[in-house]
Amino acid sequence: MCFSELAIGKIKAIRSFTACKVRFNMQTSAVAIENTKTGEITEAVYEHPFIVRLCHWVNAVALFVMVGSGLQIFRAFPSFGAKIPEKVLINWPKSLAIGGWLGGALQWHLTFMWIYIGTGTVYLGYQIFSGNYKQVLFLPRDIRGVWPMVRHYFFFGAKPRVREAYNSLQKHAYTSVVVLGVLSVATGFAIWKPIQFSWLAWMMGGFHYARLWHFIIMWAMLAFVFGHLVMVVLHGWNNFISMLTGWKKDPEYLAK
Amino acid sequence: MYRRIDQRKFKSMSRRELLKLTPVVALGALAIPSVQKPLLRLGLGFSDWASKLMFRSGHLATTFSDSDLTPFEKFPINDYDVDDPEVDFDRWTLTVSGTVQKPGDYRLGQIQALPKFRQNTRHVCVEGWDVIGRFGGARLSDFLKIIGADLTARYVYVECADDYYESLDMATALHPQTLLCYEMYDQPLTREHGAPLRLNIPTKVGYKQAKYLTDLKVTNVLQRVGYWEDQGYSEFYGL
Repeated sequence: MCFSELAIGKIKAIRSFTACKVRFNMQTSAVAIENTKTGEITEAVYEHPFIVRLCHWVNAVALFVMVGSGLQIFRAFPSFGAKIPEKVLINWPKSLAIGGWLGGALQWHLTFMWIYIGTGTVYLGYQIFSGNYKQVLFLPRDIRGVWPMVRHYFFFGAKPRVREAYNSLQKHAYTSVVVLGVLSVATGFAIWKPIQFSWLAWMMGGFHYARLWHFIIMWAMLAFVFGHLVMVVLHGWNNFISMLTGWKKDPEYLAK
Repeated sequence: MYRRIDQRKFKSMSRRELLKLTPVVALGALAIPSVQKPLLRLGLGFSDWASKLMFRSGHLATTFSDSDLTPFEKFPINDYDVDDPEVDFDRWTLTVSGTVQKPGDYRLGQIQALPKFRQNTRHVCVEGWDVIGRFGGARLSDFLKIIGADLTARYVYVECADDYYESLDMATALHPQTLLCYEMYDQPLTREHGAPLRLNIPTKVGYKQAKYLTDLKVTNVLQRVGYWEDQGYSEFYGL
């Protein structure tokens, strides 16, 4: 049924072929669960392989520590630019930071950065080599799907038909957050090693701007986390379980 | 069309997958202080190890034009104890020891007789701020040569008039921008900035750049690493 669409038109064919492939991949690890009492059948798909789930949760812990210790580091000089003039921009409370003092916070930051980079790299490597990135990478063809999803989420619009594992807005979020992750590491290295990676600091507009970018990217990351958590609470019980067990019951994209 | 299984099988399958994630819970062990301390030390040690690999001995820190300099009056004075440990300049010497051929007391004049280098470089504090200063002095590498230091030794360790102490890896000690600094802004060092002799190391963070030097030791073993390092800061902290 999927393949018959190939004949219709070139562009449409490529699109449906991708969708078909996604569905095909999924079906290789899908099961039909039979309720032994009622005989009712529920479908379930193995969505998230172990490596992805592991990276997700370890990275979540690492991000939490990086933000907490980062804010304690920021407390030591709550400003941007040179020493002069020094203006305290934000008086971030110590209770909402990790490490207790600058040295402690640096220990957390310089330890968990490797875990953060490690899980990010393994995740990215897995996505690329398994081909899984195709179902989550935001591409120009996904742009037109964004507005209907925004309308649905925020302005009570009708729910667009679900055809793929991830809708356009999800793809946008999960692609952006990977970009933010890479940028958080790049800006971090520009601050930590402004001489050895002077080209990185230069690309960010210098040492002072690198520190500002690092800070801004953290807030962008937190905005993603906020949206991510809100979505889990509002819509995502099935998604939440699937990030724990890998298995998602009754995925919408399989609905007939 | 799919493999058909019953509910119980699905539950046990899900449980098995969930249990695979238990290593994540192990991260919770970091909340226990006795586990946390050594693990964070390990992490910091790993960062230092990686930093040593990233350090390129031939790569120079950016230098700046005179117009970029932070005015001298605004160059911060950071101490751990006193601004002025009241060094007696007339009797001051740098006491050299360790794996060197010519240990002993060196006068400031002997250091000033070495080729003089001036550089406008960024001084970066571990707190996150930075200033651009003008420093002048002799290359530490030149001094190490005249004292006949074993350049394959691992560290150069210094002690200061205010009981501050610091250590440097040999690769950084031999870096061409690492200075035994006796001038700032073309004037002799002031007491607050570490007279008569301080370290200026553009490739290191500020706390490594000890002031009011009194002792210098070339060694393979460190009893103490540095005043701040021994309280938990990074040992290498190269920029």
